[in-house]
Amino acid sequence: MTQRTVLDAADISRAITRIAHEIIESNKGSDDLVLLGIPRRGVPLALRLAEAIASISGRPEAATELAGSLDITMYRDDLRGGSYRAPEPTSIPASGIDAKTVVLVDDVLFSGRTIRAGLDALADVGRPAKVRLAVLVDRGHRDLPIRADHVGKNLPTSSSERVNVSLDEIDGSDSVTISGGRE
Amino acid sequence: MTDYLIRGADVLGRGVADIAVCEGRIVDPELVAGSDPEIVDAAGLVALPGLVDMHTHLREPGKEDAETVLSGSRSAAAGGYTCVHAMANTAPVADTAGVVEQVHRLGRAAGFTEVVPVGAVTTGLEGKQLAELGAMARSEARVRMFSDDGICVSDPLLMRRALEYVKTFDGIIAQHAQEPRLTEGAQMNEGTVSAELGLPGWPAVAEESIIARDVLLAEHVGSRLHICHASTAGSVDLIRWAKSRGVAVTAEVTPHHLMLTDELVRSFDPVFKVNPPLRTDADVQALREALADGTIDVVGTDHAPHTAEHKCSEWTAAAMGMVGMETALSIVVEAMREHDFDFGDVARVMSATPARITGASGHGSLAIGASANIVLVDPDAPHRIEPSAHATKGRNNPFDGLEVRARITDTFFYGHRVLAAGALTTPHPAGATWTDQ
Amino acid sequence: MKHLLDTASLSRADAIGILDIAEEMTLVSEREVKKLPVLRGRTVVNLFFEDSTRTRLSFEAAAKRLSADVLNFSAKGSSVSKGESLQDTIQTISAMGADAIVVRHGGAGTAHRLAHTGWIDVPVINAGDGTHEHPTQALLDAFTLRRALAGVPASGPVAGGPRGRGLDGAKVAIVGDILHSRVARSNVHLLARLGADVHLIAPPTLLPWGVEHWPVTVHFDFDEALRSEDFAAVMMLRVQHERMHESFFPNEREYARLWGLSAARFEKLPAHTFIMHPGPMNRGFEISAAAADSPRALVLDQVENGVSVRMAVLYRLLTGQEETND
Repeated sequence: MTQRTVLDAADISRAITRIAHEIIESNKGSDDLVLLGIPRRGVPLALRLAEAIASISGRPEAATELAGSLDITMYRDDLRGGSYRAPEPTSIPASGIDAKTVVLVDDVLFSGRTIRAGLDALADVGRPAKVRLAVLVDRGHRDLPIRADHVGKNLPTSSSERVNVSLDEIDGSDSVTISGGRE
Repeated sequence: MTDYLIRGADVLGRGVADIAVCEGRIVDPELVAGSDPEIVDAAGLVALPGLVDMHTHLREPGKEDAETVLSGSRSAAAGGYTCVHAMANTAPVADTAGVVEQVHRLGRAAGFTEVVPVGAVTTGLEGKQLAELGAMARSEARVRMFSDDGICVSDPLLMRRALEYVKTFDGIIAQHAQEPRLTEGAQMNEGTVSAELGLPGWPAVAEESIIARDVLLAEHVGSRLHICHASTAGSVDLIRWAKSRGVAVTAEVTPHHLMLTDELVRSFDPVFKVNPPLRTDADVQALREALADGTIDVVGTDHAPHTAEHKCSEWTAAAMGMVGMETALSIVVEAMREHDFDFGDVARVMSATPARITGASGHGSLAIGASANIVLVDPDAPHRIEPSAHATKGRNNPFDGLEVRARITDTFFYGHRVLAAGALTTPHPAGATWTDQ
Repeated sequence: MKHLLDTASLSRADAIGILDIAEEMTLVSEREVKKLPVLRGRTVVNLFFEDSTRTRLSFEAAAKRLSADVLNFSAKGSSVSKGESLQDTIQTISAMGADAIVVRHGGAGTAHRLAHTGWIDVPVINAGDGTHEHPTQALLDAFTLRRALAGVPASGPVAGGPRGRGLDGAKVAIVGDILHSRVARSNVHLLARLGADVHLIAPPTLLPWGVEHWPVTVHFDFDEALRSEDFAAVMMLRVQHERMHESFFPNEREYARLWGLSAARFEKLPAHTFIMHPGPMNRGFEISAAAADSPRALVLDQVENGVSVRMAVLYRLLTGQEETND
């Protein structure tokens, strides 16, 4: 099976820094901002973004207060069939999400169903002022009317291809590759 | 009546010979040579005397939806039984001459096997006073064996009186050994499995303590005692000890206690619920050895049909009992495969000895001049047990799907071929008069 | 995992998996919306052949927090005595559209029977069958103990709950009527599988035959056990009133004196020993007020955790169909 690398570690790092700047710009700073990663690979991405934002804002110690995780397993629309999925931890920063700008963070935006579930999950946790979406890769093929506010890389794919995101915290190294598809 | 020449059967598994049947009796083959008998090719088959079951529940009168004398008789014939003893726990209870005669007449009318009623020891099986033992003995049914089977005659004084009283007509008391207080609410064998499953246990000592008491009573009063469905290694030891002292005790084991253990209860499938309960592997081994060495005298089926409603329920609400007449011989052959136990031994424990104990004079022998109660067995016909194809109304057979080797092919009942090549035929043509000898 | 019928056949991984899901479920109680949409449009039937308001309410709360519809069917006494067979009862309920059946019954094995006869094809959860098992009680006990031993609040939302862990090395005493206790049976299997060192303390009349084959240490003498062992937790069992007249022990006074967690015995326990009881308690009999009301008593935590654990069980059985690694 062929596999080609579309982002290497340096590309990912640059993308995160760029998105961090975009978030600060659109939020007019890092106040009242919460970054919630969607397990599993959205979680380390959210933390990396939080670190970048905190560092840019000159308060590197604030990174952990900015980031959390939001599990969407129990809000999926396909719980009934398919395989059993164990829920992942949800961890909301101590100050909560009410009246804040919440940035949902995920690795790949594809059908949009995960984000739909994420919005439902978020509504049960609290009432944010704004919700934004940041993804490392947008590969297209949406099933729902959802779009990302911040995108690391737009990646045109065929629906039979597979986008593989590896992150150091989970997989031991950083990369985004594409495999499969018709040749 | 048709005369038969059974050709080339391995008689008792101990040598090939021809068997001739003329006018309901076994005769010298030369006697039928000129009368154009129907030839039964029995090459490869084993001939045994018709089987005698000391322990059957035919359910009639009272529970005809579970079994009738007719359906039970057909089941008996299909299982090779030419004589069955019908237990007394019917409704009404067989505790009077009237009831035992009714069962006896129904058996004759059915005409597939000899149905001998067992009388109750106590009125209504209540364990309070003796039933009319003498009247039943003198009735048309000529009852010789009495049992409250299903319930233990637990009162020691009543048991003593019963043992003494039946000496009047050389009767025998068949005891269902179960100390009632030790088995209150019992659901299965008491052991490691019951402890784990949390089902109230039926301890071996509840059987053994009654057997110990009763063999001593039988010795004391010099009476005949039969132990129904012995199920534990301890019971075997007690019976062996009693026999060594010369006590007139005989003992029975069921096919299921020779084959199955309480591990099966883990399924909670009520088909494995029976009384006495399935015991442990050590008990099964002890029972097999006792059957091989003669400590246990006979195999009795304790054939106990139940309607589906009484088994398709939760374990604790289900009725106790298993059917077994149609699978008894195959199971005994399988169970005893590891032992020095040939078809002659099968005939001893399933025919000759039960016939002797119960005084069933027309059964248990293939000698010239004996009544022609004969069963032919194919010893090498591997097949799976299929309860839905059986003649009994009961579907509660615990051996469903088990592969066994031996198969009953033919049953001759007082000279009439009631089972031919595995298929039931017609009742005995002599109607109600066939037992006249 | 299709059913939850017992803990005897529950693997360590599945048990820990359920406890970990239960940790997530506790977090729901601090949210704005204390409900999850997991079982929206699905029906959980509580089929109770035996009265147990506490257990039924706990299952009902669990199902409702997962947005399921709940039908309660109370059929006291045996189904046969009612003239309706278990098969008819269960098929009737199934025809009403049950997606899961929670069953409590006085006879051992009834949940197994429902799960394996082919009468129905939905997950069955055993909510107590005779004196056999009560697996959700054991799971909530294990959950509570795992929390307490990790030094975090024994109930309620804890963001950093002790996920992924068993109870390895914890020495747990179960005291009282082991023979008639489905809670004890389920706990013995589950605690042992989670790595705990299980001790049973009871008069010989209230121990099952063959208990020496169980993965436990048996003590007849409560005081001696307390002297020789350092228990992380002591779990007291309820003694049913009907046992008091069946000669399992001479009388209530003697039982309380020898096997009750009296104030004096409680005082002698090390400060780190937790007190558990599945409830309802016979105060002054198997447990003294001093023990039951002490800060080390986890009795109310057990009740609270019951809902989260039962939510976890419902989630585990009603979502997905098979194990996956993704």
